[in-house]
Amino acid sequence: MTLAETPMQRERAETIYEKSKPGRRAAALPEAEVPTQPLEELIPANLLRSEPPALPEVAEPEIVRHYNRLSRRNFDLDTGFYPLGSCTMKHNPRLNERVAALPGHARLHPAQDPRRAQGALELMWLLQSSLAEICGLPHVSLQPSAGSHGELAGLLLTRAFHADRGETRSKVLAPDTSHGTNPASVTMAGYEAVKVATNERGGVEMDDLRAKIAEDPDQVACLMLTNPNTLGLFDENIEEIAALIHAAGGTLYYDGANLNAVMGHSRPGDMGFDIVHVNLHKSFSQPHGGGGPGAGPIAVSDRIEPFLPRPQVVRREGENGHGPFFDLDLERPKSIGRLRGFQGNFGVFVRSYAYILSLGADGLAEASETAVLNANYLKARLAEGRAGKRLPVAFDRHCMHEFVLSGKPMKKELGIATLDLAKRLLDFGFHPPTVYFPLLVEEALMVEPTETETKESLDAFADAVEQILAEAESSPELAKRAPYTTPVRRLDEVKATRRPVVRQPL
Amino acid sequence: MPCSGRPNTASCWKTGRATPPSGFRSLLPVTRYTSATDADRAEMLAAIGVESGADLFAQIPEPLRLGRPLELPDGMPEAEVYERLAELAGRNADAEREVCFVGAGMYDHYVPAIVDAIVQRSEFLTPYTPYQPEISQGGLQVMFEFQTAMSELTGLPVSGAGLYEGPSSVASAGYLAIGATKRRRFVVSRGLHPHSRETLATYAEGFGAELAEVGLADGLTDAAALAEAVDEETAAVFLQSPNFLGAVEDVEALGEAAKRHGALLVVACDPMTLGVLRPPGELGADIALGEGQPLGNRLDFGGPSFGFFCATEEHIRRMPGRIAGETDDVDGRRGFVLALQTREQHIRREKATNNICTAQALNALAAMVHLAWLGRRGYRELGELLVQRTAYARQRLAAVDGVELLHTAPVAREFALRLDAPVGPVLERCAERGIAAGYPLGRDYPEHEDGLLVAITERRSRAQIDQLAEALAAAIAEHPSRGSLFADRAKKEPRVGGRAR
Repeated sequence: MTLAETPMQRERAETIYEKSKPGRRAAALPEAEVPTQPLEELIPANLLRSEPPALPEVAEPEIVRHYNRLSRRNFDLDTGFYPLGSCTMKHNPRLNERVAALPGHARLHPAQDPRRAQGALELMWLLQSSLAEICGLPHVSLQPSAGSHGELAGLLLTRAFHADRGETRSKVLAPDTSHGTNPASVTMAGYEAVKVATNERGGVEMDDLRAKIAEDPDQVACLMLTNPNTLGLFDENIEEIAALIHAAGGTLYYDGANLNAVMGHSRPGDMGFDIVHVNLHKSFSQPHGGGGPGAGPIAVSDRIEPFLPRPQVVRREGENGHGPFFDLDLERPKSIGRLRGFQGNFGVFVRSYAYILSLGADGLAEASETAVLNANYLKARLAEGRAGKRLPVAFDRHCMHEFVLSGKPMKKELGIATLDLAKRLLDFGFHPPTVYFPLLVEEALMVEPTETETKESLDAFADAVEQILAEAESSPELAKRAPYTTPVRRLDEVKATRRPVVRQPL
Repeated sequence: MPCSGRPNTASCWKTGRATPPSGFRSLLPVTRYTSATDADRAEMLAAIGVESGADLFAQIPEPLRLGRPLELPDGMPEAEVYERLAELAGRNADAEREVCFVGAGMYDHYVPAIVDAIVQRSEFLTPYTPYQPEISQGGLQVMFEFQTAMSELTGLPVSGAGLYEGPSSVASAGYLAIGATKRRRFVVSRGLHPHSRETLATYAEGFGAELAEVGLADGLTDAAALAEAVDEETAAVFLQSPNFLGAVEDVEALGEAAKRHGALLVVACDPMTLGVLRPPGELGADIALGEGQPLGNRLDFGGPSFGFFCATEEHIRRMPGRIAGETDDVDGRRGFVLALQTREQHIRREKATNNICTAQALNALAAMVHLAWLGRRGYRELGELLVQRTAYARQRLAAVDGVELLHTAPVAREFALRLDAPVGPVLERCAERGIAAGYPLGRDYPEHEDGLLVAITERRSRAQIDQLAEALAAAIAEHPSRGSLFADRAKKEPRVGGRAR
């Protein structure tokens, strides 16, 4: 297929540095207002910079235009369907941006005396309490900055918990379907990662789990699970799994990436988990920002609580007729310590708390219901027609909030890989599902529509997949060379790794 | 599924139907961010081939179903949520209401309006990590531009796209150093931010490393003690310049001990000072990193912001987190992708160089727009402005009766004082005058219980500095214990700056 270049394709990507001309500027800074002295009299000359760094020299109108034009080279959730599995691309309410930007939040210094930051600390305490209720675990630390940071926290908590009992354990178990962050966090926390197999129903293979524990029960520190798992399936054996791990003396860790399936319906604490992280940027509507920021608070059981990071936001009863007082508790003798500076990603907390207030108990449960309904409906639509034959669902049962298809028959019969299908979807105006994950499904496509989408969007996506499969029957080349309409076409990723160019030469 | 919560008394505004399909709660009034009407839900259930929504949740074993509403308040209309959050925000003394001289790692800089306008664009605000580069060129190019800027600022050739924030970036440098040197010992200056030292220690409990701390002498890292502390087992030496007490360290001289023993030199720095101060890359740093908040990011009570992380070429394949790289598309067009992904968790799993996924992309974008707005000259001028106003403030405050310099080392934008009255009450008196006078050093340095750390930004005018001087003078003079703290020694003449005059 030959297509005329689109205007955006014709435009060569130029960085802001290439738009720079000596003498242009945007910022006008205040006068010094004070008697000035030569810099060398204030700071020794050998510690001073000779030449300022080569930042671009561009006037404000061109900066605005440059970044606005760049923004148009992005696909985003506000523009279209984004069924990226495991990422929970749900609507980001604009209200949340407005309340996060209030000066009382946005310009509050993190070292402010707690007595003069009572609103912020109360908000954090309220969010902690809300997350504790949603997770079914009594204690929450908001400190971790992301899900992966929560995982690391959970493993360090596990280490401290065992050390406190005079134990040293070396192994952390996780299913072969787990997120890549799980084993990466395990290594960072100084443990050895042990893989557990998946059974024919998509859950943990119980015999394998028993065997892995039995190998050396005293060395099992923790089992990390996602439930529903990355196949979008609720593990029906979770109570037995919890009993097995607890009997061996290990902790049970809940990767909260998929919490959006069960809010108000089932709680990790009730399933037997000791430690849970919550991705506020997934279930609780913090915008993903093109790759952050997010936040990964953790909820824990009583036996883990003494080890929580410090500082911890606490509510102290008022004295002498005063109301309650919210404080930062630094006196935590068994704490694992800090995981980062100050108190955490407060701006994210404001947005997520606004989301919880907006939806309330019923709204959160309805969000999960609709997420599950949408996923099952889209799964049903993709079980029809060509998709049903070429892209079978990996585990054929009702899913929760997401499901995984296998492109193996499509690849074999039509000669197009999952990657080709994904790239062709770009031409239809959709963000593709997560591809090639989880690893145990060949040519995997992981689809998570979220509660945000209308039935019409889901139908349009299913229709697009059908059309791509239909065209591939006669001209598979179409998909293999896709995309055609995007600002750039398929990119050479190998080159970017073999000979990395990671900055503009100036 | 349990259809709990509100009784289904009201008819639904979306459909006019009073009864939702089996297993679903009434849509009123909880559906602000979902679209499925009762009719949609009925059709979708039919397509799935189940009678009730409850059938979909049947995979959750019965004892694990909650069976009651969450104990959370009912949902609220937007206007009421706004009022509630505004009420909470109103109980914080923010930098709009107080003149803020507090720094300690995060600073009240002016964030230009274009930063807000650009970071609030949907196209930057709402995408995920750029896993599909063909439709993520905007974000990827911003990362590439950001990496270029941070590389220029720090004087090191390789920059990552952004980490969580400052102190955890320090910890990630420790993890890198262990991988690079196969050693497990860190030597850490007491001038490194206390949160960074503590975070590094927290992480080190996990990956296994020991820490040795080197103290300060007159505000600066004790060079002799450092030289003695570094040995053949040392993986990395951690310095900060300006350090937590505001002092500009002689990084090059201190770093020699690291070089001599083959340890990495890790330097934390303040990105607002690098227009004036010699960049770590010229001073022998293997890694330069820090808290990015001063660049284009709000205070936000501590986050979100970003950490920057730059290194020499030899560490490029050990870097933590995302890195954007330049490449070509099939037609030869210039484009950008996530480079060197084989370092990362989603490919390498337990062998990844770090577990981090985020790039704090939106925060890094804010920094990039701020840096472009400042430009080459503006960035330099801002650095000079900070140094000049800081010099003025330091002299002005040190001249106050009952105030002396905690150290006489050169400073750039923050300095430490000693007060001849307890710091807590003095801060309270200043707050009554609408001034957040600084950071009480006693929080982290018991040896400086009488210490106050004062930070200057371009927002702090000469008039405000003079007001601070008056407020401090009054607060100290009024305090009953005034005079007792300095009684044991004669008041020193303040000597400010790097060379004798």
